[in-house]
Amino acid sequence: MNKRVKLFIPVAFFLAMLGLLFFGLGRDPNQVPSALINRPLPEFSLPSLDVEAPQITKADLMGGIFIVNVWATWCPPCHIEHPYLLEISKREKDISFVGVNYKDSVKEARQFLAEKGDPFKLNIVDSDGRFGIDLGVAGAPETFVVDANGTIRYRHVGVIDNRIWAETFAPLIAKIK
Amino acid sequence: MTKFFLLFVLTCSLPGQAWAAIEVHEFDSPEQEARFRHLIDEMRCPMCLNANLSGSDAPIAADLRHEIADQIAEGRSDEEIIAFMTSRYGDFILYRPPLNSATFFLWFGPALLLLAGFFVVRRMLRQSRAATTESALSADESNKLHAILDSDSDTKK
Repeated sequence: MNKRVKLFIPVAFFLAMLGLLFFGLGRDPNQVPSALINRPLPEFSLPSLDVEAPQITKADLMGGIFIVNVWATWCPPCHIEHPYLLEISKREKDISFVGVNYKDSVKEARQFLAEKGDPFKLNIVDSDGRFGIDLGVAGAPETFVVDANGTIRYRHVGVIDNRIWAETFAPLIAKIK
Repeated sequence: MTKFFLLFVLTCSLPGQAWAAIEVHEFDSPEQEARFRHLIDEMRCPMCLNANLSGSDAPIAADLRHEIADQIAEGRSDEEIIAFMTSRYGDFILYRPPLNSATFFLWFGPALLLLAGFFVVRRMLRQSRAATTESALSADESNKLHAILDSDSDTKK
């Protein structure tokens, strides 16, 4: 009996490796886990994209769940994402969308929003990308979900569309509430 | 023909030269520059899956190189710079992951597997040796066996 059990050790090992590798195969290697999950949103004081508005600080964003979207006019996926953000921000009235205009030309960014619509309640100008580094951003677009306490709860790399919103963002936001 | 060949060789050497001129970081001492080189070689570009900061062309890699150069110029230590980076980009940014419970198998897994393989092979060798000695017959048994075999062949005849 003991010998028979031993015979199954290589098979069990093989199946365990198979499971592990199969699990690894399904994971997107581009989705690097963020170091900022469950950590507070970094403090900042940066200009606003709106002409007259004063500097924006973290305190201006607090007061409910909000979405921080890192975008730029030079980033083609951001152009793809933009109509979805417009639609979602219109639908989700109780969540504020905050833009981080990342290493962009202020003039072009203003023009872009004026022409295509502005999904953002506030737009932070991060011209040298330092705030992006504080957020652990690798590029654009990237999106963070921040709860009412100012804690980062989720990071999404890449374009948000209706399906991604419905499958990952909506359930997470419902849970945080 | 040789002219064309020369032209070809010269054209090939052009991008390399342009490449080298892209970024210039100034340091107070060669020691600081050596630290910079070491840090950008040891850190991974967050955008690309398998390039270090020094070898990556991504905009974020350029920003991070700039950040590291600035911090070295400000007099920050290597430990402080590494802490700055890992607090933002996680252990992913380090090409040598730190040794902790999550990375234990990563560090020692191959050695453990090799050790396990060594024990398995040793056991198998021992067992097969034991099996051969068991099957060897004593002189008495061997005589008996021959007697049986002989009687068997006799009956067949």
